[in-house]
Amino acid sequence: MSKVSKSPWLLHYDASSCNGCDIEVLDCLTPKYDIERFGIINTGDPFQADILLITGGVNSQTESVVKQIYSQMPEPKVVVAVGICACTGGVFKECYNIKGGIDTVIPVDVYVPGCAARPESIIDGVVKALQILDEKQTALRQNGGDS
Amino acid sequence: MMNVVFVIAYLVLAPFIGGLLDGVDRIISARMQRRKGPGLLQPFYDLGKLFSKEMIAVNNVQLLLNLSYLVILMIAGSMLFAGADLLMVLFILSTADMFLIMAASSDSSPYANMGASREMLQMMAYEPLTLLVAVGFYLTTGSFHVGDIIREPVSAVAWMPGLLVGFMFTTAIKFRKSPFDLSTSHHAHQEMVKGITTEMSGTTLAIMNIAEYYEMVLLFGIFFLFFVNSTWWSWIVAFVICGVIFFLETLWDNVSARVKWKTLLYSCWSVTLVAGGVNILILMLVK
Repeated sequence: MSKVSKSPWLLHYDASSCNGCDIEVLDCLTPKYDIERFGIINTGDPFQADILLITGGVNSQTESVVKQIYSQMPEPKVVVAVGICACTGGVFKECYNIKGGIDTVIPVDVYVPGCAARPESIIDGVVKALQILDEKQTALRQNGGDS
Repeated sequence: MMNVVFVIAYLVLAPFIGGLLDGVDRIISARMQRRKGPGLLQPFYDLGKLFSKEMIAVNNVQLLLNLSYLVILMIAGSMLFAGADLLMVLFILSTADMFLIMAASSDSSPYANMGASREMLQMMAYEPLTLLVAVGFYLTTGSFHVGDIIREPVSAVAWMPGLLVGFMFTTAIKFRKSPFDLSTSHHAHQEMVKGITTEMSGTTLAIMNIAEYYEMVLLFGIFFLFFVNSTWWSWIVAFVICGVIFFLETLWDNVSARVKWKTLLYSCWSVTLVAGGVNILILMLVK
């Protein structure tokens, strides 16, 4: 059977980011970084995505959206929190409307710190997520069932 | 006997040829954008991944409708490669597309429904020219049968260059190439998520992709008909020109932006009228 890490499709969601990390995420698609060479496609559709890339901390408005996107993604799936706000809440942590990092709402597999996270570190984070994706796929197969 | 070989070859090889063409297309596109791009076999990795994913069924008919799309496309392609009636092939091709539209309309996503109505609009745009191509082949060779068309002493393109240009113009819709990729696109990020495939995932999406590969090979089969004649070397020429057409479609995909639906409709109908209509008129007068 083929490995899911050979063709990871990526979904990017901005939970409450200042757009700094989002621009760096899009930067990964440009000719200089070209993440499509790993077979990665930046899709806009949770039904077709394997990796969920979230920037910014979760606030009361985006909480339900993050949960819904995560639940719409088919197994196996991984979540990458990009930027310090997505990891812990960052400088907005104490704000009245911020819940904190992404892991306060859904399980996160890889944390990519930085403000803004550099494209190189985002790619590193995604490549690390690919290993976890493969492990999850193997685990799913061993547990049997119709995955 | 040859017909059986051709049909079996089509049924077995078309997904592989389509996948390879898709891989080549992605590499060429990447190079045009000064990127390295994915490997040649990337479409097959994608298919393998899609089949291994968890099955999320949004309803209980979508998978069946997508399978119908695949099977009917396989029938249409088999008829073409068996040397049967070209007109019938084109009618069955449209029927297959209707199943895709139904599959997209069956779910509740507004994006998928919008994609379905745009797909219907695209059909309206390319269908007149597709029929004119069949009529053109009849006027040129005196038969709708693919078996007769390929045995002509002179290639059909000599009599129908306008129809060839028109067909190249409208197959950009079928290949889901920019500027005509309104209903869904190979490229990410568009105004309505993924259009008709928005709620398709895993196996359902993989089946749709395989069906598109069958369709791609079928369409190149029709391009092939334009150039092939009774001589053996015309087959080689036809292969080479199909390659050139494929490259031109990729080039066009990369240099143009998506158009609005009215532009799509008007431009396709104008090309149909000018390139197709004039060509047919001349054919009727001369032949």
